[in-house]
Amino acid sequence: MSAIAGIVAINTFREAVRDRVLYNLIVFALMMIGASILVGEISIGIDRLVIINLGLSAISIFGLVMAIFIGVGLVYKEMEKRTLYSVLAKPVRRWEFLVGKFGGLLLTLAVNTLFMTLGLAAALFYVSRQFLRTDATILVAIYFILLELALVTAFALFFSCFSSPMLSTLFTLGIYVAGFFSADIRGIGTVTRSPAMQAAARVISYLLPNFRNFNIISAASHGDAIPFSLICQNTAYAALYVALVLIAASSIFSGRNLK
Amino acid sequence: MSGRSRRRILWISLAAIAALFIAIGFLQMRIEAEIRTAAQQREELLLRSGPLLKRLSLGYDALLGDIYWTRTVQYFGGRVGNPGEKFELLWPLLDVTTTLDPKFIVAYRFGAIFLSEPMPMGAGRSDLAVELVKRGVQANPNSWELSSDLGFLYYWHLKDYEKASAAYLQGSKIPNAPTWMKMMAAQVAEKGNSFSNSLAIWTELYDSTQDAKVKKNAFVHLQSLRALQDTLELDQLAQQYHQQNGRYPASMKELYDRGLLQGIPRDPAGFPYTLGTDGKAELDPNSPIILPKPSEGPSQ
Amino acid sequence: MSTPAIEIEGLTKDYPVGFWRPRLRRSLDHLTLRVEDGEIFGFLGPNGAGKTTTLKVLMSIIYPTSGTARVRGKSIDDVRMHREIGYLPEQPYFYDYLTARELLEYYARLFGFGAADRRERVTRFLERVGLADAGDLQLRKFSKGMLQRVGIAQAILHDPQVIFLDEPMSGLDPVGRREVRDLIYDLKREGRTVFFSTHILSDAEMLCDRVAVLVGGKLQGVGAPAEIVSMQVYAMEILFETQVGRTLPNSLANSATQIGGRYRAEVPEEQLYPALEELRSCGARILSVTPLRPTLEDYFFKLIASNKTVPQPEEAVSR
Repeated sequence: MSAIAGIVAINTFREAVRDRVLYNLIVFALMMIGASILVGEISIGIDRLVIINLGLSAISIFGLVMAIFIGVGLVYKEMEKRTLYSVLAKPVRRWEFLVGKFGGLLLTLAVNTLFMTLGLAAALFYVSRQFLRTDATILVAIYFILLELALVTAFALFFSCFSSPMLSTLFTLGIYVAGFFSADIRGIGTVTRSPAMQAAARVISYLLPNFRNFNIISAASHGDAIPFSLICQNTAYAALYVALVLIAASSIFSGRNLK
Repeated sequence: MSGRSRRRILWISLAAIAALFIAIGFLQMRIEAEIRTAAQQREELLLRSGPLLKRLSLGYDALLGDIYWTRTVQYFGGRVGNPGEKFELLWPLLDVTTTLDPKFIVAYRFGAIFLSEPMPMGAGRSDLAVELVKRGVQANPNSWELSSDLGFLYYWHLKDYEKASAAYLQGSKIPNAPTWMKMMAAQVAEKGNSFSNSLAIWTELYDSTQDAKVKKNAFVHLQSLRALQDTLELDQLAQQYHQQNGRYPASMKELYDRGLLQGIPRDPAGFPYTLGTDGKAELDPNSPIILPKPSEGPSQ
Repeated sequence: MSTPAIEIEGLTKDYPVGFWRPRLRRSLDHLTLRVEDGEIFGFLGPNGAGKTTTLKVLMSIIYPTSGTARVRGKSIDDVRMHREIGYLPEQPYFYDYLTARELLEYYARLFGFGAADRRERVTRFLERVGLADAGDLQLRKFSKGMLQRVGIAQAILHDPQVIFLDEPMSGLDPVGRREVRDLIYDLKREGRTVFFSTHILSDAEMLCDRVAVLVGGKLQGVGAPAEIVSMQVYAMEILFETQVGRTLPNSLANSATQIGGRYRAEVPEEQLYPALEELRSCGARILSVTPLRPTLEDYFFKLIASNKTVPQPEEAVSR
């Protein structure tokens, strides 16, 4: 893509690291340690289940929180602090800057997730002394979580271009919740009487970001196989939607008069 | 940035966004189909514990209850009529819905009918249906409809006429309860299983419900009851003919020729009845009506 | 004639003011300007005149309502133009979690310099702005003066042809200001064009080949400092001391002002010698005689008075 975007991305990653964002890993590690010890006390047979469910859910939630809280400040902070001025005086296109910020946060999330995956693997090994072939589904689940985080990050970045961190957090959470319940929005449409409402609910439910597509935590804990076609489709979905949101964000950011 | 080039870029962006949305919509449909086939092996309702969900919903239990209700409707609607369908999740879904919102009367009524209805039109679990409706009656002491549903369940599925009558009686005491409930309590206590009772109960169900599926179901039952009544009457006429002529009539026309019938009788769906070999009246093979099984229907 | 370094044509910027029914406030009014290659060009005006706005428009930080501008023949819309220019913002803000070296390296990367080239440039320019020792200190620990130097370093480390400085002397002590002045001279000697805005007129007078004066968003005058103010002497200034116990001569008693033990008097040119004679006969000691010419400052005050414009706080909308 663009070398500039890559350079901005690495700097964004550096900023996150220096902001001590990665310290959340300590909390995660403590949690996994505590769970591993406790699970031994509860009952045999479901120990793997609990560790996988807990670990994957934690990875997802930690990632979401990080994506939103850092994401909403990505562009806003630069505009407020005016650090953007000297950067834009360089041969940097605005969209390159935006994509770079996105890439940097995504990189941060990926690194964070990688460490958490190692922690999960350690806990799993401690609890059951072995890895099963079906554990590959866990890796797919983590990959899907990353896809989900990419999309949430894109939305947070989008809002960051024009609204304050607090509002952006609300908007991003709102989109997440709406997208999460998109199937139910369609369902509510089927019990209404007006065909216009039904049609509207249907259309909206297909266009909202369907975050539930990425949640295969229960399949991972049961070791179900995930069809390769689903992996491809989810990847394509995330890629298309991220592109959509970034195009929208670029349009807005490129036209903005900064302070 | 110059105005013209900026406008052009804006239009291109808008077009790209629109195209992406369309692609996303179609991709979403594919993904959902993919997930559905993958999940068919194991039906999964992640959280089945109503009380746990209630606590997790942080006060938004009624909203969550609505959501679970729409899921129940979708779940049922998507599977009704599938051969071999057991509706395993119907009870948990209704359980969760009514735990989250104990005043969700529509859900209790839906469960009363479709939990008890034999497969493949329902889950075939009258016991669960009774448990559900009993909970509903307790949580909604002002709902005569639920008492009426309870009476229906005891009468039609469990054949416990004492409990049925008791349910109708209790319901009749609720303010605004219709007068027929008191009569029904008495009739059921006196005559137990009878055509008039059955017809009355299903008619009341048909009238009192607002749910289209429940209404349709009641209508089907009413038609089948009337058809049963007709066939029993026709059987009696065939017996009469046999006594008079020493053999069973071969067709309805013979009964008509003998003056035993006014015309060729038709079932409630409009299809003519036919006579079988031993003089037993039967439905036309094209008729959509299904006679109630001997275990279900009334005997008188 | 060679391509001018900077060409500004009819540049106008309106800001909406007010929430419910926004009115437009014009902060730049059809600015038209030409800066030649190799000039030191001063952009003068009181606070709120539109100087920073002009620079932000040139950098594409904000977009003009109308008008165009070109730098070295390339439109300001063209991102490649930025390769040839350097910019020091008014109050430099940089990523405070980076060290000075890291910041300059980051910017050098954005220009596409290779690793070895980057290292060399960063070291060279840190030295040039006097920050050789502070290279590995985090920017959040820098003083304002140090930040200003970093700002200058990042503006010139890629050897740009045209350098834009917004109030480069602000926040600097006299030593710092002298260094900046020397730097600007050096840049001119290297054949580069320097465009800087300031409201300190003595600096402009000293440094600039030409100046433009902006008041209330409108260009008031362009030319060499000497052209803008006439070189005519309008009075003579005499500094003197009196003997103890001796009084002032009558002619000067009213007009002379006293500062400590010394006196200052202004007399018209033709009355210089008579005044000196009188002072000598009083036994006063003459300290200096200086011809007075109008300064840019005087020109300024006159201009503002005649415009009757109250300088609007330009940054109030955006700060």
